[in-house]
Amino acid sequence: MKTRLKNKTIPGFGLSLGITMAFVSMVVLIPMFSIVLQSSALGWSGFWKTVFDARVLASYRVSFLCSFIAASLNCFFGVMLAWVLSRYRFPGRRIIDGMIELPFALPTAVAGIALTALYSGKGWVGAFFADLDIKIAYTPAGITIALTFIGLPFIVRAVQPVLEQLDPVYEEAGRMLGASPARIFRSVILPEIVPALLTGFGLAFARALGEYGSVIFIAGNMPFKTEIAPLIIMSKLEQFNYGEATAVALTMLMASFVIMFCINVVQSRAARFVKE
Amino acid sequence: MKSLSRFFSFFLALATFFAASLFPATFVPAAELELTNVSYDPTRELYESFNKAFQKHYKAKTGKNISVVQSHGGSSKQARAVIEGNAADVVTLALAYDITAIEKAGLIKAGWQKSFPNNSSPYTSTIVFLVRKGNPKNLKDWGDLIRDGVGIITPNPKTSGGARWNYLAAWAWAHRQYKGDEKAVKDFIAKLFKRVLVLDTGARGSTNTFVQNGQGDVLLAWENEAYLALKEQKGKFEIVTPGLSILAEPPVAIVDSVVDKRGSREAATEYLHYLYSDEGQRIAGQNFYRPSNPVIAKEFGDRFDLKVNLVTVDDPIFGGWNKVQSVHFNDGGVFDQIYTR
Repeated sequence: MKTRLKNKTIPGFGLSLGITMAFVSMVVLIPMFSIVLQSSALGWSGFWKTVFDARVLASYRVSFLCSFIAASLNCFFGVMLAWVLSRYRFPGRRIIDGMIELPFALPTAVAGIALTALYSGKGWVGAFFADLDIKIAYTPAGITIALTFIGLPFIVRAVQPVLEQLDPVYEEAGRMLGASPARIFRSVILPEIVPALLTGFGLAFARALGEYGSVIFIAGNMPFKTEIAPLIIMSKLEQFNYGEATAVALTMLMASFVIMFCINVVQSRAARFVKE
Repeated sequence: MKSLSRFFSFFLALATFFAASLFPATFVPAAELELTNVSYDPTRELYESFNKAFQKHYKAKTGKNISVVQSHGGSSKQARAVIEGNAADVVTLALAYDITAIEKAGLIKAGWQKSFPNNSSPYTSTIVFLVRKGNPKNLKDWGDLIRDGVGIITPNPKTSGGARWNYLAAWAWAHRQYKGDEKAVKDFIAKLFKRVLVLDTGARGSTNTFVQNGQGDVLLAWENEAYLALKEQKGKFEIVTPGLSILAEPPVAIVDSVVDKRGSREAATEYLHYLYSDEGQRIAGQNFYRPSNPVIAKEFGDRFDLKVNLVTVDDPIFGGWNKVQSVHFNDGGVFDQIYTR
């Protein structure tokens, strides 16, 4: 609390809070409120019927499951990538480091088309798996790959600074005390990066839930199998059916909020644990 | 700290670059008039060449320079953009239903479909099959599509205007085949969509899935889209015209509230009228749309199968777009019933 009173770099608590609130209202709160308002036109029974329709339920499952798997995959590969980038010096490191953000900069539709071309039965990677009788594009596996692609930067950029700050003397101490490399990773490195990793996971997961542009090209979009929830929202909008579209959107929003809130709670616990 | 200041100087450089690249555009001597044409996906090539011809025509007729801004996308998405304030002088969309939606929003006056000849459709098209070279699965007509082992590619009728025409063409064929037995027709449609491998959201997406990514045995496509694929990938595909198909009439309209505000009604009217001129009709034919003027259409007789049986959406079996939309495509409609468990 003391620090807040002393911190005068940014003038006036009242002024900065006021600007913050105005900004958040314009950009986040008012649009969110309009979603609630739009869907309320349906009434309770209409809302319920829309949101728990069998096909819509199936689309939530596809969305949440694929997003979860994609974010988990990214945790593994993202930490590995961050580790390599922060601990080793090799030619081309800066280029790879710069390329991490490409999934953000690339229009998602371009990413979707490129990934589909690569992973369909005719593409380089897809043809290899097709020989093994495994289909990637136009299945949930394809959706997961697209979502992994767009989520990777979140994990790398969350974990990388922590790894860079981590003093190697602790690892050295562990080695001196006779700990195995696996033990050092588990007991020294992992606890340090877990809070950042959770933040990255939350961001990647949330981003994947809302992703539309890249997924529709690789998904196949078959009802009950590879139809994602954002596509349901889009097709309701195409019918000029704003009420039902926003109802599905609101449900997604609530579910995401609950999940993000849980991740935040776990994350702050983990952060406190690290400090102690 | 040092890296931070470096970051800021980089950012500043980037911002300057963007600002510099933005501004010159505003100093280019503007054309005296500008029209915005909001259209649907596959008309890109058509309007690219038509706009050039129109500019010349307009300069010759009035002595004024005119430029045309084009916008393309899924038909109903484009309609929604116009309703939500995308200021289009004219709309040239895939189906009348989408223009009616703009009319209902109050931007276009009722009766727009009578403002121009031929239900305001300067060109028409139909639905054909695009198959792989040599037609390995021997697909000749709609009935062949539901055979075992046939993989179909079509966009989703819920999100694509073109796909609604696909669906209706299949329905019209089945209606004749089963002599109006509604249950048999629905069964046929259900079987057809069970054979669909990928439901893309738009016509271009489906073409891409079939042509580039090699999915499926047959693509249900706009005739113009199929010919375009044929032209771009020579010797890899064939077009099969089914025994019965649908007459797709993509309509055009002036957006009254926009042209009145901008004072561009005269130019917009001239633009749409020019689509019906001999030259406009020929440009449509060259871009694989069927000219509505029968004389010009005959010039393209070697290209289009002009004898194919075509049913319109106003046929009694459909009863017009409003009815079709509510019976077939709205949530819980006939199409949705195919995909219930």
